[in-house]
Order: sequence, then C-alpha cells, then structure tokens
Amino acid sequence: MNEHDLELEQERYELFAAPLYNFNFNRRQFLKAFSGGIALIVPMSNLVARTLQQDQGESGRRGNERIPDDIGAWIHIDENGTVSVFTGKVEIGQNIRTSLTQAVAEELHVPVDTVRVVMADTDLTPFDMGTFGSLTTPRMAPQLRKAAAAARETLITLAAEQWKVEPASVRIVNARFVNHDASKSLTLAEVAKGQKLVKTIPPDVATTPAKDWTIAGTSVPKVDGRDFVTGKHQYTTDLRRDGMVYGRIVRPSALEAKLVSSDAKAAEAMPGVKVVQDGDFIGVTAPDRETALRAERAIAVHWQAPGQPGNEELFDYLKKNAVASRGSRPIGSIVNGMAAAQKKLSQTYTVAYIAHAPLEPRAAVAEWNDDKLTVWTGTQRPFGVRSDLAEAFHIPEEKIRVIVPDTGSGYGGKHTGECAVEAARLARATGKPVKLVWSREEEFNWAYFRPAGVIEVNSGVRNDGTVTAWEFHNYNSGGSGIQVKYDFLNQDIQFHNSKSPLRQGSYRGLAATANHFAREVHMDELAQLIQMDPVAFRLKNIKDERLKAVLEAAANKFGWSGKKTEGRGRGIACGFEKGSYIATAAEVSVDAKTGRVKIERVVESFECGAIVNPRHLNNQVEGAIVQAIGGALFENIQFKNGQILNGKFSKYRLPRFSDMPVIEVVLLDRKDLPSAGAGETPIVGLAPAVANAIFDATGKRIRSMPLSASSAV
Amino acid sequence: MPNVTTLNVNGKKVRVDVDSQMPLLYVLRDHLNMTGTKYGCGEAKCGACTVLVDGQPMRSCVTPVSRASDKQITTIEGLERDGKLHPLQEAFLKADALQCGYCTSGMIMSASALLNKNAKPSRDEIVKHMDGNICRCGTYARIVNAIEMAAGTAKEVAE
Repeated sequence: MNEHDLELEQERYELFAAPLYNFNFNRRQFLKAFSGGIALIVPMSNLVARTLQQDQGESGRRGNERIPDDIGAWIHIDENGTVSVFTGKVEIGQNIRTSLTQAVAEELHVPVDTVRVVMADTDLTPFDMGTFGSLTTPRMAPQLRKAAAAARETLITLAAEQWKVEPASVRIVNARFVNHDASKSLTLAEVAKGQKLVKTIPPDVATTPAKDWTIAGTSVPKVDGRDFVTGKHQYTTDLRRDGMVYGRIVRPSALEAKLVSSDAKAAEAMPGVKVVQDGDFIGVTAPDRETALRAERAIAVHWQAPGQPGNEELFDYLKKNAVASRGSRPIGSIVNGMAAAQKKLSQTYTVAYIAHAPLEPRAAVAEWNDDKLTVWTGTQRPFGVRSDLAEAFHIPEEKIRVIVPDTGSGYGGKHTGECAVEAARLARATGKPVKLVWSREEEFNWAYFRPAGVIEVNSGVRNDGTVTAWEFHNYNSGGSGIQVKYDFLNQDIQFHNSKSPLRQGSYRGLAATANHFAREVHMDELAQLIQMDPVAFRLKNIKDERLKAVLEAAANKFGWSGKKTEGRGRGIACGFEKGSYIATAAEVSVDAKTGRVKIERVVESFECGAIVNPRHLNNQVEGAIVQAIGGALFENIQFKNGQILNGKFSKYRLPRFSDMPVIEVVLLDRKDLPSAGAGETPIVGLAPAVANAIFDATGKRIRSMPLSASSAV
Repeated sequence: MPNVTTLNVNGKKVRVDVDSQMPLLYVLRDHLNMTGTKYGCGEAKCGACTVLVDGQPMRSCVTPVSRASDKQITTIEGLERDGKLHPLQEAFLKADALQCGYCTSGMIMSASALLNKNAKPSRDEIVKHMDGNICRCGTYARIVNAIEMAAGTAKEVAE
C-alpha cells in the first residue's frame, strides 16, 4: 500500500460518499456575508493539500484581488475591530474552539478573548468535509495561522499608512497598534474602519515558529467553559423554537425489517397528534413529549424481519464473507522470511462491535420557512448532513441550512444525518418546527458501531529478536494503523472488506485500535517465545527515532527495568497513527477467584509534534485512555436476528470512576515538528498493554477484545 | 393523582400544571425551560440528569415530579449566586474537568450533594459517591481533582 492508498484507506469508514470539494460557499455567498473591514481567505485547495509544502496561495499584493471560488475558511476583522474566524469544523469536546482561537490570537498578537470562532453553520461557514481523522490541528490550524499572520501584516501596513511611517516601525501590543516610540496608538477598529479589503493568504506568509509561541503552546482554558459549568450552553437537545412540537419515530422490530401493516387510528385520534407515514417511515408529532410517546406506542405495527447472524457466528461470518483485499504489494518475501526464522507463530485475534454511546444522543430541531429548511443538529459532518437532506427532500443545498451547536461528543459516531432527516420529514408534514431527540435505546439500535473484526498474524523470528516475516490479514475492522513502524524486512499486510451484519462506521481511532491490539499482543507473544524482554524486543526492531523515543519514555516513567509490583502483571505496547506516536504501559491485578481484571496504573507517552495546548492535550490523552478501558475490558455489543440485545446503559457497561487507574501521561513536545491531531491515537495502546499485562499476571493469553469476555480470565 | 401545580426550584416558587407521574427531568426541561439538567439514559444509570431534592441527589429522569412537589429542588442553574460561581463550578474550570461538557451539570450536582454531607471526602469516598455518573469523554481524574479543589483537599492541580 503506498502512502496515498493508506490515506484513502483511513477514510474508508469516515466518508459516506461525501464530495471532496464543494463549491457552494463561493464568491457570491462570501460577498453577501462580508460587509466591511478586512478579510483573509484560506482557499480550499490549501486545506485538502496532502502536505503543508504543497500549499498554494494566490499572490498577495495590496488591494482587493480575485476571491477564489473555493473558500475553505476565512478570518474577518470587522469595522468594530471584532476578530471572527469562520470554519466549518465542529466542536464536540475536543477543544478545537480553544486551540484554533489560540492559533489566531498568536499570529494577530491579540488576547484570546478578542477572537470569536464561528463554526459549523452551512450558511455562514465555508464547506468542510467533516471533523474527523485528527485533521483540524495539522490542516486547519496552520492555515488559519497563515491567514491571521497575513491579516496582521495588512493591518500594520494600514496603520503605517495612517501615520505615514514605515510598516516595520509599527507593532501590535495588547490588541493596539503602536508606533516606534509608543507615542501613538490605534485600536483594531480604528484601523479596520472604512476598509473593504479582501485578500487570499499569500504563499510566502511567515508564521511564528513553535519555539516562539506565547499563546499557543500554553494551557489556555476552554474559551467558553463558563457556559458549560453553569448549564447555560445550549446543545441541540436544549433548543426550542416558537410553536415547536415534539417528534417520535416508530422503529422497526429489527434491522432491515420491512413494514407489513400498520394501524394509526388510535394515535390520530389523540388531540394535537399528527401521524406521518411515508413508505416504511412512520413518525408522530405532538405538542409535548409525553403525548408524542403515547401516540408512538398507540400505533399498531407489524414488521417482517429477515433472519440474520448473531454474536456466536460473527467471526466465521466475517471471514466467510470477505469480498476483497486491499493492501500494499508485499515487501520482501514471506516465504524467505519464514525460512530465515528460528521460531514461527500463527495466531488469530478478534475485536467486538462496540458503541460510541455519546452522552448527548442524536438530536435535531428542524424548521421549514416556505421552501427553506433549517436544521440544528449534533453532527461531525454538517455539510454531509446538508447533502443527505438535499437528497432526501429533492431540494437544492442552497435551500438548506445546517447549524451545529457545540455538541455532546461524537467519537466518530455522529457522521450521519438520519435524525436530521427524520426531524425534517416530520416538520414538513406538520408545518411546525419539530424537535426529535433519540432515546438511549434508539442510539444503540439505530446508529452504527465500531466494526468488529478478525485479524490473522503469521510471523517468524530469530532468537536474537529479529522479526524475519510479518504476514497480517485484517477482516472487516479496517485498514487504519495496519502498517508497521517496525523495521520488518519481509511483510505482507492486507485488509479484507467483508459483509457486516450490523451497521458500522467510524469510531475514534478507527481500526487502529484493532490493528494495534493484534500487532502488539503478537509482538508480546514473540518476545515470550524467544524469552526476550518485551521492551528490548521491540527496540531491536525499531529504527524510527520517534517511535523509539515514546517507547523509552513510557518504559522509563513506568519503571520497566525496576522491580515488579507483587501480585500484579505488567504489559507494554507502542505504535503510530495519524502523524503521532504512542507507547502505553499498564499494570493490572487479576482477582484469583472472580477473574476480575483491575487496571491499576497506566503510563502513556505521546508525541504529536509541537504541542498546542498542554493541558487540553493531557485531557485528551487521559480521556482516550479511559474510553479505551471500555473497549479493552467489557464493551461488547450482543445481537441476534437484527436485534441489539444489550442496547441500554443498564446492560452495556461503560467505564466509570471506579474503573479508573492511576494515569500518568508523558508528553514529548517536539517544537521542531508540525503539530499533529491528538484526539484519536492515544486510544490505541491500552488494550494490547492490558492484554499483555494480564498474560504477565496469569499466564493466560487473551486474543479477543473485550478481554473480560474471555473465559480464559 | 391530581396534577402538580407548584414547585420550589432554586429557592423560587414556580407554577406548572403537569401530570404527577411526569419525570422531574421533563418538567424542568420542557415546562420550565431549564435545560441545564440533561437526559442521558432514562434509567438512572448515567447521572446526567442529577438534581438535588432537599439536598439529596436524585436522578430526575426516573423521579416522578410528585415526589419533589413539596420539597426544595436545586438544579445547576441555581448554583451561581449574583454572578459568582459555586466553588465546584470554579474548580471544574480550573481543573479542566470537562471535554464536551454534557455530563458536567450532573457531575457538579452529584459532587455538591457529597460536599454538603461530607466537606472533606477522601479520594475513595469521592469515587464511590460519583460512580453512578458517566463521563464518556473520560475526564474522571480531573473531576476528582476538581472536587478535591472545591473541598480544599487537592494536593496538586492537574496540568
């Protein structure tokens, strides 16, 4: 697989046929939104360019110039001196509202509280593919930096013109422009007043190197944190519109069930209730939530569901239904590698379907005004949802506005627009704004899951620790993180699509969790096979300095070379994904009677280039470790015949306070390297580290996630 | 049972007219437009809907409004006084004890119930008391840190 294939592969589950480009936020729309002041445009081509070196801006001389058709983001300093950033990205708890604010404030030399970030409103913000793949920090942030730096230079030139001095003598201090001896000063508003200047970021604009950052690189608090701790922030679920009614959907008896018959007379007789039926879609609206619920339950429906595979047969089913393989051309020769090996190992690893379970369930408020549709909804793909709506209602995208309030998390689970479509369908039928909030059970049953998968590994190793052959086949779970950063001479790595019995899609880190689990448990098995220390064995096969650095950092902090804690097992894992490096060491205790696994201590080292916000990065890494505990130990979707059997919190265990180990995070700050995203990769190391620690504690090797489901424990 | 017509919420008497069996959560959210209290699971398993009823933490999603009708109800909206945040609210900000923030109201209300009865809880007591509240973003360590800060027992503030 070459690098380009790999990139496409990462996005296999992330893109539901979304267009890479969309020229909808064009010059005309921009000019409608831009009333005056100074604007700096980031062209879309800058954001989708594969490397930062490929950035192309248009030549940026003074004065207005051609506005590109494909605007990716823009910064506006209006005539009141307000700095606004317009981006189609969404805030779902990863704190990019704060980190993007930091980037812009840094380059403009203004305080953080003067910058406002307008996000994810399809009428106000330019097209964006979606917020996923840890792309905001490596792609959006550097471009906004450039735009802010260009805006600063433009403003300085304007201030210098007012004073008839050289631009080089003008500085910005505390959001004021001052001349060489600080005898004169101007505010942002005074400089922007009367201007109507639009520029595209020039190709040669210089941004502040990370070593000189003063705002970025520091632990700026969450910019609107106060709204969250006071309950004032309005999520989609909290919105209310005049005349709004409440919706409910009548759900099928099972996945892929077809409607045979329905009788809604009783529901229709309820005061204020409207029943909407359109093909297999049946929904109701009512003036209040309780009536909507009663009406939904009063509809008699008969569904017919096809027989479908369940848990017991899942892994055989996935292998049997493998349809195609995608992978790189093998490196070297597995046959030769195996011939050179002194020991060989073949093992199979599995991962279960798990649910995102975002605490704010899917929700939408939909409102039609004549032929214009507005939908507020929590999604990671506002423009994708707009496309879904356009398709569902056969209307042009210009007639649709999707607004995403900062959302109660997603973890890759909110890429689709079904709730928005349902709310809009009900709203069109009733002629009133409709609020639709999925119940927790609907969230489990009608959203989508992290793919389950089967992974087969064949390897050969020499007694000195050299891995001579590495053959790796992943069925269904995905290709992310499938490539090795180890220096294996002979490799054959393949991903095989399969037919999934359950609806599946993106999940934080995608398949990198499954692939790291299989790879790093297998590495532990090889180390054991040749009686070598797991850290020394890995180091023997690593040439990549960054991977080596995180592995050594985690091992040192953990005290790997020191004495083991009595009664506990320890394990380690390392890896690379989405531009960042990780190593995780875990210490566990296993109750001899009950087999209950308790993760006692986790040390995780992480390196993602230059750190933008140390505290928020720590928070992301800690959070990923905690979320990883669920998938590692107990999260496991049970299903049969198209029905989810454990689709509620009383049946589906999530990590809680009492599951929390002592967590120590070691952040390696590489100010000499561009910042990579950090929302995903910190999740991949925990499961293999814990599996290896369980082996160390008990001598039992578990090759299935979740680990606690195994009868071996 | 007759409808519930008055409630005491955050020290104020408010008029409603709702079925006595309606969960308190929806009375607050839909009828009083106090949306700081959140729905998470509807079966008292996540704590997002936690409010205080006469100082006791209650899962409002499974609490019929009639059970709170003659009592003092405190919600997240009632913690801030004259523009001054409650010490727990301050501490949650200082400790960065949230990511998406959806669980935060319930976390703060549960924690306030703990501190009301136990001003200096141990770490184990905090974990035990808070175990019914889920933070899917996984900020548990920071929430514990925030509660200790509010209680004045925090040894260090997490970076």
